[in-house]
Amino acid sequence: MGEWIVFVIFAIASVAGGLAMVSARNPVYSAMGLLLTMFSMAVFYVLNLAHFVAAIQLLIYAGAVMTLFLFVIMLIGVDKAEDTTEQIPLQRPIAGLLGVGLLVLVLLAGRAAWVTGRGAIPQETGTIEAISDEFFANWILPFEATAILLTIAAVATIAMAQFLMKPRAVPADSDEVAA
Amino acid sequence: MSVGPAWYMALAAVLFGIGALGILTRRNALVMFMSIELMLNAVNLTFVAASRALGGIEGQVAVLFVMVVAAAEVTVGLAIIVAVFRRRATASVDELAELAG
Amino acid sequence: MTDVIWLVVLFPLIGFLALLFFGKRIGEPRAGYLGSATVIVAFVLALIAAFDFIGGEGEAHTVVLFEWMPSLGLDVAFLWDPLSAAMTLVVTGVGALIHVYSIGYMHGDPRFGRFFTYLNLFIVSMLLLVLGDNFGVLFVGWELVGLSSYLLISFWFTKPSAAAAGKKAFVVNRVGDVGFLVALMLIFSSFGSLAYGEVFEHAPEVLSGGMATAVTLLLLIGAAGKSAQLPLYVWLPDAMEGPTPVSALIHAATMVTAGVYLVARSGALFELAPTSAAIVATVGALTALFAATIAVGQKDIKRVLAYSTISQLGYMFMAVGAAAYVAGVFHLVTHAFFKALLFLGAGSVIHAMADEQDMRKMGGLRSKMPITFATMAIAWLAISGIPPLAGFWSKDEILAVVFNRGGAWIALWVIGLITAGLTAFYMTRLMYMTFFGAPRWADGVEPHESPALMTMPLVALGVASAFAGFINTPWRLGFEHFLEPTFERFEVHLAHPPDGITPWILAIVSVLVALAGIAIGRRRYGGAMPAETGLWWDRVENGYYVDDVYGTTLVLPGKRASQVMAFAFDAKIIDGIVNGTGTAVRAFSKALRPLQTGLVRSYGVGILAGAVGLLIWFLSRGGV
Repeated sequence: MGEWIVFVIFAIASVAGGLAMVSARNPVYSAMGLLLTMFSMAVFYVLNLAHFVAAIQLLIYAGAVMTLFLFVIMLIGVDKAEDTTEQIPLQRPIAGLLGVGLLVLVLLAGRAAWVTGRGAIPQETGTIEAISDEFFANWILPFEATAILLTIAAVATIAMAQFLMKPRAVPADSDEVAA
Repeated sequence: MSVGPAWYMALAAVLFGIGALGILTRRNALVMFMSIELMLNAVNLTFVAASRALGGIEGQVAVLFVMVVAAAEVTVGLAIIVAVFRRRATASVDELAELAG
Repeated sequence: MTDVIWLVVLFPLIGFLALLFFGKRIGEPRAGYLGSATVIVAFVLALIAAFDFIGGEGEAHTVVLFEWMPSLGLDVAFLWDPLSAAMTLVVTGVGALIHVYSIGYMHGDPRFGRFFTYLNLFIVSMLLLVLGDNFGVLFVGWELVGLSSYLLISFWFTKPSAAAAGKKAFVVNRVGDVGFLVALMLIFSSFGSLAYGEVFEHAPEVLSGGMATAVTLLLLIGAAGKSAQLPLYVWLPDAMEGPTPVSALIHAATMVTAGVYLVARSGALFELAPTSAAIVATVGALTALFAATIAVGQKDIKRVLAYSTISQLGYMFMAVGAAAYVAGVFHLVTHAFFKALLFLGAGSVIHAMADEQDMRKMGGLRSKMPITFATMAIAWLAISGIPPLAGFWSKDEILAVVFNRGGAWIALWVIGLITAGLTAFYMTRLMYMTFFGAPRWADGVEPHESPALMTMPLVALGVASAFAGFINTPWRLGFEHFLEPTFERFEVHLAHPPDGITPWILAIVSVLVALAGIAIGRRRYGGAMPAETGLWWDRVENGYYVDDVYGTTLVLPGKRASQVMAFAFDAKIIDGIVNGTGTAVRAFSKALRPLQTGLVRSYGVGILAGAVGLLIWFLSRGGV
């Protein structure tokens, strides 16, 4: 019963966070809404015995990623409140229709079967030990691949920063704004 | 009495839908990025819930992989946004429509 | 020796390639020496190889060089038998003399080297034609001689009439080639092979009467195109636009006889189709008479000889049509000598008269050009059929064989006899207008004898024209024995002259007719030039306006049709389809362009719509 209470509270919190993120005109508020959702997620992970993942969720998402987001928001300017009038015709009605349609369809599909395959077996807690056993026993190659991916991403980001620092000859009739 | 996986799935579906709506209705590139993160998180939730329902740990492994990829994506994506902003002084994707046919 | 018969082709080929790439650098006159030397070597080799046949011992010999189209069972192979040997000797022998003559005749031409390049190409092509062991190689040679003929007719292509003549020759030959090609297809579909041995050996079993007639008539169309027979003769008079040695070599001695060779070679097929053979003979006889009447009215010395050539080719067709293959090939050989001689003599005259070809502006050249006159006189009497010169023996053999066939063939014999009289008449006219009487030269023309390089071939051909007839006389059938193995190999029956006293009577009749022709000509042209005006002279001079008739009935509608095709069908419909495809794609793209808004969020809608659509599909199929 306690699990239910926690679930309901954080379900409401996560949905509210999501809605806040989508609807806030100021990106900082959006970031705050997303932060709330991320935190709720970590709670759900704990409820589902994925302790390590929950910790990582907090560290990576709530910590690193959200910090990065905020940093960029500050860099481009917080005061730039977005003009929320829609300029693409029919974008909002169609978006709403599709969003609701997707939700309904997923729920419909869920009536049939949420999970398939083997039946429930005694749950093993997602400790660091269990996760690392799994990783290094069965997923070593994808694990190394992600390492390479991260390296590439880091190099790419640095390269882009480097590229931006170089002064570039801008054509006179270009519509670019001088930095 | 524990919460069944169906509830988590439904919640994930709702969050996923919210994320999709965000991408379709917001024109700030940063907010769109956040919406993508929301959608990824919704999927992660289904992985963890399913992992528990099936009594395995592979779901959690998948979540970790998703997180890694998302982190990489965020770094590069934000770098692109900064680069665009430096040249165009805007974060609105609607103004980046040079590829219009 | 017969195994290396390909050397005969190789030497002129080497000459051709060397001249093609280095002709300019080799320069005048060495390009001429090189070209001549290769052909002379080829002639000597052919002569050595032919010795066995002269002794009556040699056997037909096939030399396979390499596989050409294995799927068709087609090899590049040469056949060395008496018929191809005779043709090879004529081609290389006369070709060598004309090469030598050309060194003098083409002196000073800026494209001297190129001329010998083409001439050597012609020799190579002609040798392929006569030496090929199957219809495939024959056809390649056939087309290549057409090409070299075209190149040489329009050698002086800056002259519009020469360019037009080359084009005309090419197009008219194409008409014949279509028939030839269809004949080859029929032969291949019937026999599954194009090799002579295969085709001729199995012809009696494989070919039904109708099929044999069809194949042979189609072959006749091809032969008529190449050998300038009715109704495809019109290109040959115009071909005189080429340099005179070309006219002598290609348009008198060798290439135009390819049709006769084709019919003789295909004797086994024509034997199965008596109707076709009769048609061949009839076409030949009519052509002989028709061209002879036109020759009477020509003013241009070379055009007289051109129509004369057509007429003599008609004789050969008459002979091969009457199954007198030996007589036909015999006349081919003697004609090659005396007609080449006539052309070269005419060339010598034209050379001396500063490129004047109109006989009305000649006259009295006898004393100025003694060697040319003497040699041409031999040829004149030879073609007229005066014994014992070459033309008498071959022409009379043809007439005798045709007479001996009896029945309706007698009509052809009468036509041949009339033609003989006409031939004697117009040749006498030519000789008297050119060499006798008072000079009618244009101002400033100083005729002179041609250089030795040009007169030597004249003398050689003069000797040949005088004595070549003795290779096949009624009392010593040397040439017939020489050629017989070719026809015996496939059991082709040769028609023979009558026995006993009849051939002598026929010979006396034809000699009398020839003498009558000469006498009439002498009487008419011996003194002052008679005026040749009036309706009939006009008609004859213009070849009965056949060119105009062809022009209005064939060429003009063809041009009209081409114009419709080019400017209406091609420009509107074909281009319309092509352009329409482009326009349709453009329109379609234009319609789709708005989809590509460049707005990322619009694309997002598309992605989500796709996801929803997939979900609907999965659900509607009942599974997840």
